[in-house]
Amino acid sequence: MKNLVDKFARKIVQAGLADNPLVCGLDDELVWNRSDPAAPMLAQVVANMRINSLICAEPAEPYRSILRFLCRNRPATINPQDCETRTFLHDLPVTDVFSADAVLSRLRYRKSVIICDEDKVRVISFGTVSPEQAFVTLSSVCFSTFVLFFSRLLEQKRAGSLDDHALNLCERIRPLVTPPARKPPRLATGPFSSIRDAAAAMVEAGRQTVNLGLVDSYFGNISCRLEDTICISQTGSSLDELARCIDPCPLDGSSCTGITASSELTAHNEIYLSSTCRTIVHGHPKFVVILSMACDRMNCPNRGQCHVRCDRARFIEDIPIVPGEVGTGPTGLCHTLPPAIRDRRGAIVWGHGLFTTGKIDFNEPLAGLLAIEQMCRRIFFEEIGATG
Amino acid sequence: MTGWCGKILRIDLDSSATDILRPDPVRYEKFIGGKGLAGSFLRDRITLAWDDPAAPLLIMTGPLVGTAAPTSGRTTIMSRSPLTGTVTDCSVGGRLGFHLKRAGWDGVLITGRAANPCGIVIDNETIKLVDAVELWGADTATVFQRLQKRDNSVATIGPAAENGVSYASLMVDRHHAAGRGGIGRCFGAKNIKYLVVRGSGRVSVHDKAELTAAREEILRLAAASPVLMGEHGIARFGTGALYDLMDARRMMPTDNFRRTRFAAAPGLGAVAYAKRFQPKQHGCMGCHIRCKKVTGHKNRTAMPEFETMSHFTALIGNTDPDLVVRANDLCNRLGMDTISAAATLACYRELEGEIDLAPSLLALLEQIGTGSTRLGRELGEGARAFARKQGRPELSMDVKGQELPAYDPRGAYGMSLAYATSTRGGCHLRAYPISHEILRKPVATDRFTFSGKARIIKISEDLNAVVDSLTACKFIFFAAGPEEYARAFSAVTGMTITAQDLLEAGERIYYQERLMNAANGFDDRDDDLPARFFKEPGSGSAPGTPPVDRAAFLEARRKYYRIRGLDAQGRPTPEKTRQLGLA
Ligand SMILES: [Zn+2]
Repeated sequence: MKNLVDKFARKIVQAGLADNPLVCGLDDELVWNRSDPAAPMLAQVVANMRINSLICAEPAEPYRSILRFLCRNRPATINPQDCETRTFLHDLPVTDVFSADAVLSRLRYRKSVIICDEDKVRVISFGTVSPEQAFVTLSSVCFSTFVLFFSRLLEQKRAGSLDDHALNLCERIRPLVTPPARKPPRLATGPFSSIRDAAAAMVEAGRQTVNLGLVDSYFGNISCRLEDTICISQTGSSLDELARCIDPCPLDGSSCTGITASSELTAHNEIYLSSTCRTIVHGHPKFVVILSMACDRMNCPNRGQCHVRCDRARFIEDIPIVPGEVGTGPTGLCHTLPPAIRDRRGAIVWGHGLFTTGKIDFNEPLAGLLAIEQMCRRIFFEEIGATG
Repeated sequence: MTGWCGKILRIDLDSSATDILRPDPVRYEKFIGGKGLAGSFLRDRITLAWDDPAAPLLIMTGPLVGTAAPTSGRTTIMSRSPLTGTVTDCSVGGRLGFHLKRAGWDGVLITGRAANPCGIVIDNETIKLVDAVELWGADTATVFQRLQKRDNSVATIGPAAENGVSYASLMVDRHHAAGRGGIGRCFGAKNIKYLVVRGSGRVSVHDKAELTAAREEILRLAAASPVLMGEHGIARFGTGALYDLMDARRMMPTDNFRRTRFAAAPGLGAVAYAKRFQPKQHGCMGCHIRCKKVTGHKNRTAMPEFETMSHFTALIGNTDPDLVVRANDLCNRLGMDTISAAATLACYRELEGEIDLAPSLLALLEQIGTGSTRLGRELGEGARAFARKQGRPELSMDVKGQELPAYDPRGAYGMSLAYATSTRGGCHLRAYPISHEILRKPVATDRFTFSGKARIIKISEDLNAVVDSLTACKFIFFAAGPEEYARAFSAVTGMTITAQDLLEAGERIYYQERLMNAANGFDDRDDDLPARFFKEPGSGSAPGTPPVDRAAFLEARRKYYRIRGLDAQGRPTPEKTRQLGLA
C-alpha cells in the first residue's frame, strides 16, 4: 500500500498537478506519503467513509488560480461540460470550509471536493480500490476546470462581454500554458511486423504523449494495426505505463481477449477498416478541447446537446469536429469519428479530445497531435487578442 | 412511500393461510430491499434446520424494481442452505421481480410445508394455492411450457429439487437460474413446485425527471464500458466473453483445480459458440445490456454462462462445445446448479483417476437429477459430502461446502480472500474482485498481491450487498457506481441518500449474514480455502503460478476481520452489532 501511495504522490508532481500532495492509503492501517498538520482531520474523513485511499492537494499553477477564480462567487458546485466531467464526475462540489464535516458532506456523494478558503485552494478525492482513482479524479478536476475557464473566456469574447478579472488572470497564467514550441521527439520507425515491435513502439509513443502534456491521467488510447491484429492499449491504462497493458485483438474477431481493451476499440477498428492507416493516437489536448466547445451559433436548436448532436460540419482549419460520447452507445463516437477522420490527419470529438492517424508508425500521429494542439492554442490566443 | 410497495405477502403452507406484513419504514431504510430485507426476516429463524417447516423462504425485490432505473429487475431468493448450512441467497433475473412489484408486493415470505405438491399463483391482489401433483416430477421446460405466458413470470423447481439434490436450483422464466446453495431444494422441502406471478399495476416513483437524469448518467457509463458494451463485451457475447481472458491469464480451473491452463481452451471461447449456435440476445426485464444468450434454433434454450462453459470443459476435461450446451440445458431442465454439478463431477473424476467423463456426462447428470442410481444420489450431495464418503475429503474444491466457480484463486489473491470470506461459501459474486483484478474496473489492481485486498474485499462485499438489495445487476457496476445509483434511489424513493449511505447499509446487510452464520457455529475455520491452493502450483509460464502463500493469506484474513469488525475467530462482536443497528 505504501508503494502505491508514494507512486501516486510522485505522479501528481510529475503531471504538474500539485507540488506537495498529501496521499494516504488504508488497508487495516492508514499510511501517508508524508506527515502533515491536516492529516488527523483527513484521517477522520477516511474513517467515516468506505474508501481505501485519499488525496488532498493544493493544485499547482495555473490550476490553483483558475480554481480560486471559479470559486470566487462561492458556488455550491462548478459544472464543466467536457466529456470527463459529464461521464465520470457529473459536477464538482465546492466549499469554503476545510473541516471534516464539510469535506465529508461532499465526498459522501461525489468523487471530489474543492475547498477554497482565504488561505488555500485544495482538492480532495478518494479511491475505493486504489489511490489511482483519487489521482484520476484530481487530474480530471484540474483538466475540466482549466477547460471551463478558457472556454468561458472565449464565449465571453465572442459575445463581446469579456470580464476583466478573467482576462487579467488569463494574461497572468498565459506564460504557463504556452510553453516554448517543441519539436516532436523522434520515435521508432515502422512499419512494425511483430506484436512485440508494435507494443514497444506503443509504449514509447504513449510515454511521449504524456510527456508532451497531450493527455491527462489514464485517459487517451493508442493502437497499431498489424496484418490481421490490432494492438490497443487496455481500458483504464495510463499512456505513460503501457508495458503489459496492450491487448492484441485479432481483426477477424476470433478471440474475446479484447474485452479489457480500450473503450474506443470499435472506433479504432472502424478507422483501420475504412482507411490505409496503421497507427492511431488519441489524447485530450486542452486547447483542442476548449476550441471544440466554442460554437457561436447561439440559436442552434442543438444548443446544450453539442456532445451528441451537431448538424453543421464544423472545422478548425482542416480538422473536423464531431459530436459523440465515449464508447459504443447509440450516440457513441464510434459512429461519428471514423467517417470524419478519413483522409485527414486528425479529427476532434466535441468536448473530449483529438484522434490522429499515421500511415507507418507513431511519428506522424504524435506530431499531428502536438501540431494541432499548438494550432488550437495559437488560434485561441489570437482570438482572445490579449497581449503578452 | 414510493419505490417500495410497503407490503409483503406472507404465506403459511401449514394452514394455507395468507396475510399481509407492512414493515416499518425504518426497516426499509435500514435494509433497502432484496437481500437486506430478506435477511432481516430470516435472521431470528436461521438456526432452524433448513428443512424445518418453520424455516422461512424469502422472495424479495428492491425499491428500483419496476422503475426506469437501469438493470434493476432482479429478485433475491433466500433461505438457509441445504448444501452449506449457511444463509444462502441468489439474485435472479428474468421478470419475477417486475411482476411481483407490479402486483403490489415487495416480496413473499413462505413458511410451513404443504401437504401435497402445490403451486403458488399470485395475480395482483389475488393469491391462490393450487394443486401441483400432476406437475411434480416434470422437468422445468415442461412447467414453463404449461404455465409461462407473455404477461406473467414463472419460477419452478425441477426433479433435482424433488429428489434431494443439495444444489438444486430454481429456474425463472425459462432461462434464468437462482442456481447456488440449493435454494431449489428449499422449495421442494416445502412441497412448492412453482410460483406464477402476474402484476399489472404501476410502481410509483417520487421524481421521474430526476430518475431520467440518473438513468442517463448510468447508460452513458455503461456505453463507455468495454466489458459491458464493447466489441468483445458481454452484451454481444454473454458472460462467456470472459473465457478467452481467463485462459490468457492462466487462471482457468482445470482437472479439478489441479492445473490452471486447459490446452483446448483457445477453441472453446464465446466466439466459437457464437459461430456454432448463432445465439440470440435475451435479457432481464428493465435491462439494456441483455447479456443472456439463447440458442438461435427453434426450441430456444439458454446458452451456457461463463462459469458453465469453463467448468463443463476445463474442470472435467471435455473439449466438445455441443456437449457443454447439452449439459447446461439438461441441468436447467433438471433444475440444478451447473457450477456445483460440474465441480462435483470433477471431484469424482479425480477420484477415479481422470477418466474420460465426456461419454457418460449426460447420463451422470441425469442420474444425479433423478436420483436413479446410488452414484447419482451420492453425487447429488455435493463435492464435500461425496469426497468425505470416499475417504478423500481433500479432493473437494469447496468453501463452506459450496463448490468453487471458475476463477482459480492462485491467479487473483483478492479472489482467494473473497472465496474464503463469502457468507454463502465458494462464490465469486460476493466481492467480485475479478472486476479490478482482471477487468480493470474501477481501476486495475495487482492480482498477485494481498496488499490492500482486505479492505477492498470488505468494501466490495458491502457494495454488492447493496446492489443485491436494490435489486440491481452486478454487471452494471463494472461501469456505474453507488454514486449514480444513490441518485436513482433518491429519485425513486424521495429519500435523500448518498453513495456512502448506500455502502453503510451494505455493511449492515453483510454483517447481518455474518451474524446468521455465527449463530450456526461458523467461524474462521470455515473462512478458508482447500489445502490444494496453498500447496500445488498453477500452470502459468514456467515454473508455474505459485501456490498461495498461506501466511500471507492468513494475514490478509486477519486484517479483513479487523476491518469488518469481527473478532480474531471471525465472529461478530456485540459492539459492532450495536453500532450497525443490528442488536
Ligand atoms: Zn478520450
